[in-house]
Amino acid sequence: MSAPLLAAHGLSKTFVAGGRRAVALDGVSLSVAPGETLGLVGPSGCGKSTLARVLLRLTEPDEGRIDFAGAELSALKGERLRRMRPRIQMVFQDPLSAFNPRATVADAVGDPLRIHRLVPRRERPAAVAALLERVGLSAGLAGRPVHAVSGGQRQRVAIARALATRPEMIVLDEAVSALDVTVRGRILDLLVSLQRERGIACLFISHDLAVVRAVSHRIAVMDGGRIVEEGLARQVVAEPRSPTARALVAAVPRLAAGGGI
Amino acid sequence: MSGLAVALSGLSVAHAGAARPALSGIDLAIAAGTRLAVIGESGSGKSTLALALAGLLPDDASVEGRLAWPGLGRAPLAGRDIGFVFQDAGASLNPVLRVGAQVAEVARVHLGLSRRDAAAHARALFRRVRLPDPEAAMRAFPHQLSGGQRQRVAIAAAIAARPRLLIADEPTSALDTIVQARIVSLLDALVREDGMTLVFVTHDIALASGFADRIAVLDGGRLAEEGPAAAVLSAPRASQTARLISGHIGLDTPPLVARAAP
Repeated sequence: MSAPLLAAHGLSKTFVAGGRRAVALDGVSLSVAPGETLGLVGPSGCGKSTLARVLLRLTEPDEGRIDFAGAELSALKGERLRRMRPRIQMVFQDPLSAFNPRATVADAVGDPLRIHRLVPRRERPAAVAALLERVGLSAGLAGRPVHAVSGGQRQRVAIARALATRPEMIVLDEAVSALDVTVRGRILDLLVSLQRERGIACLFISHDLAVVRAVSHRIAVMDGGRIVEEGLARQVVAEPRSPTARALVAAVPRLAAGGGI
Repeated sequence: MSGLAVALSGLSVAHAGAARPALSGIDLAIAAGTRLAVIGESGSGKSTLALALAGLLPDDASVEGRLAWPGLGRAPLAGRDIGFVFQDAGASLNPVLRVGAQVAEVARVHLGLSRRDAAAHARALFRRVRLPDPEAAMRAFPHQLSGGQRQRVAIAAAIAARPRLLIADEPTSALDTIVQARIVSLLDALVREDGMTLVFVTHDIALASGFADRIAVLDGGRLAEEGPAAAVLSAPRASQTARLISGHIGLDTPPLVARAAP
């Protein structure tokens, strides 16, 4: 394995609301190599979405350090942080809430090109068209409002937007959880082919171990704000060691052609 | 229990302003005591079917066709004869009322129990749906419970009037897989113990395969196929069923990535 692209050490985060303290992250360390997918799986409330936000510098940790591509990401501020942002992108579960509701598909995909000054204005339509083509969307959708396209198409728009800045890493938080199974399979195929083609590293977060296993090289299992187990994807599934991993393996619905329990 | 719980003939439902009907010409007989899984993708009409069965369609829906309730001999009463569990228990519970009182109210209204007996009934139901610490749960407000606990309360409310038919519309889609497995096994145990008929609406054919006697597959508002679970799963007749089966990702599905990172 090559040197990690992303390495987090001892991340902790406690939220305080209404006098109650909730420990979301309790000393989390993990690393992701270039071109690798690390699957992050765990039950609701285990802290996985908080971890995603902390790694993206959308939420500040109380403690810990994040290194990304040779820089101390957790210490970057201002212009240096802004210059780092295009290199680590994100795709969330519900792109509708992640997009400006009045945006068109072309706006959603073209915004990062404009904001990060990556492509001059007159070349932007061609760049947007190329990105849409790469994620399997027809250029004819460019003028449509993002809320007027289907859920699967919208998730392709979110992926095109994440790709626009040519990131080295994408964090995907429940990115396929709201999709129908037939659409989900095509989106996962797209993600895997993009990773192969561009060598993008991924942190793929889901509560669904079977989906995580299908796309991940390694899997980290999270519970109660801690990583309770980590290993090669097939290892974690075949020989889960922690109670959480064992419960996640047992909870995957089996397609039982026999019917009945 | 034998005979039919409900028979649908030529049921069509159209919502005002919608481009196409939500349901078209559904013929479906549900035998009493059956556990039927209704499966389909977004927009297939599966939730509309659940609402139509329960008589909970919005006023703007125009309905054609017939629903017959041979076992009942009259139109069913939602809440009394039919229990309904929604996907989002948080939205189906009253946020400012203690959950014990909400479940007891169902028993008071539909079973005519006194306030005290209704509270005892609710307490017993909370034990049946295996809420950890049922006494504390009685006094809790919905926001103080986890998603899985809220769904257990919603199930307790749905079965409080001892309905013969329980309809669960994507009851586990908002829950993680561990909680999902527990809720499904709870529903399965409850309907077995009480001999209830269960209509379980889901997009997950594998989840349904674990407990359903029969499977109905909806596609674009039409009934693509219906039959015994084993037959539908092992020899699907409709192409939509085959698509749902091949779209399933399990622990034995070949991974999409190589074993080690490049």
